[in-house]
Amino acid sequence: MAAPSPPPLPRPYQDTAAYWQAAREHRFIIQKCADCAEFQFYPRGVCSHCLSSALEWEEASGRGEVYSFSINYRAPHPGFADKTPFVLALVTLAEGPRMMTNIVDCDPDTVRIGMAVTVTFDDVTEDVTLPKFRPL
Amino acid sequence: MATALRDVAIVGVAESDIGRVPDKSKFQLSAEASRMALEDAGLSVGDVDGLFTTIITEGGQFSSMLMAEYMGITPRFTDSTSIGGSSFVVYVEHAAMAIAAGLCDVALICHGSTNISDRGGRGGPVSQSTEVFGPTQFEEPYGVSTVGAYALAAQRHMHEYGTTSEQLAEIAVATRKWASLNPKARMRDPITIDDVMNSRVIASPLHLLDCCLVTDAGGAVVLTSLERARDLKKAPVRVLGAGEAHSHRMISQMPDLTQTAAAISGKLAFERAGLTHSDIDVAEIYDSFTITVLLTLESLGFCAKGEGGAFVSNQRTAPGGEFSMNTQGGALSYTHPGMFGIFTIIEAVRQVRGECGPRQVPGAEVALCNGTGGTLSSTGTIILGRD
Ligand SMILES: [Zn+2]
Repeated sequence: MAAPSPPPLPRPYQDTAAYWQAAREHRFIIQKCADCAEFQFYPRGVCSHCLSSALEWEEASGRGEVYSFSINYRAPHPGFADKTPFVLALVTLAEGPRMMTNIVDCDPDTVRIGMAVTVTFDDVTEDVTLPKFRPL
Repeated sequence: MATALRDVAIVGVAESDIGRVPDKSKFQLSAEASRMALEDAGLSVGDVDGLFTTIITEGGQFSSMLMAEYMGITPRFTDSTSIGGSSFVVYVEHAAMAIAAGLCDVALICHGSTNISDRGGRGGPVSQSTEVFGPTQFEEPYGVSTVGAYALAAQRHMHEYGTTSEQLAEIAVATRKWASLNPKARMRDPITIDDVMNSRVIASPLHLLDCCLVTDAGGAVVLTSLERARDLKKAPVRVLGAGEAHSHRMISQMPDLTQTAAAISGKLAFERAGLTHSDIDVAEIYDSFTITVLLTLESLGFCAKGEGGAFVSNQRTAPGGEFSMNTQGGALSYTHPGMFGIFTIIEAVRQVRGECGPRQVPGAEVALCNGTGGTLSSTGTIILGRD
């Protein structure tokens, strides 16, 4: 893993373009169903609770708590070779859905399940921003 | 249909060359395992009219057509269900249904993979694309890996139930003891709980020795009707019950990190077999990681949720222990070519036939196999027994 290699990045598509565009603008939005009022993550073309297409984007609070985490010492892809160790995590958003992310801006050894976190934006390239989370 | 499963039997099993096999393609490993499994049954390739296989790596698209063409088979029943390492266990259910319904007579389940040779003979990640399309774009950019995903489950189980790394290590140590009795196992030197604890952390809380091997391997299983099976070379091993389920694709969507779909597939398999846990003489539980086994034992109901750590303690699953499990040495010590499911079946059949030599579980008449695929996503459970 000598040569620097870009990490895997999302290629936005019909379901997800609005989400990634908002992230570029440092806004964190998630979908809410107009029919059953449930939130969902990740973005889809239909509601995963009732199969409705009537989905609306809502500005999320950006707050959540760590559901689980793992300090990763091995790069899963050459693009992470210079990023280990990093904290892979699942965060339960205040709105209910759960998402994968990284916990950043802290010593990995201080991360705990149940820890309160808030969204922060990592501008990985000119075109792609990843929502990540940091301790509140 | 549930009772019709019982009128179907596994009649042939085999593994190909396993370990590091750089001079053979995954297609050849799959085909050679198929030839040997048919020989084990006393059948020939011309008898096969149902084919069940999936290849998830490069060049494997349209897997059942590819492998049928490769081996000169023209199936009238074909199935490339692709749900990860559990696929091959689920194929037993599908094949048994197809045979019971008269849709095919002789079903061949096969698998081949050059998982270590594809990586130039080293461990570590295979190269992935740098642009992620589809829902996995909500995981891959954050550095998810198979071990990372399973580590999330382990961490959560420890948090909820106080499970310890030492308890997970019990599984790795016991499995290695079984491997030491299997000449085909890749890793046969005994290990201790301290060895596991002192091996480097790959993704906390999982250590290197909590993780399965990476190998090349092929395997195959042949089924036919019980009626026809009784005239073949080996004693038939009946399909007593089966179940399948999946709960998610991506670990971030898993409803509860401490319970797998085996809670569904296992319940179905027991119900359809009309058996209970105490009837199981030997269990072959897909062990991609030590945590996979712990969650599966709980989800199958061998112990209560949260009690998996205590259940596996004091080397309970080792040779001579109360609960005979992963008797060929498992994915942790025997072989793991990316998808392990078929090897749970091969070993279960050999145990029920009484062919296992020094690692034979005395009096094994009923065996359970549980395959897990994806990231704790899919499960297939089958219960096999003597005719
Ligand atoms: Zn809805």
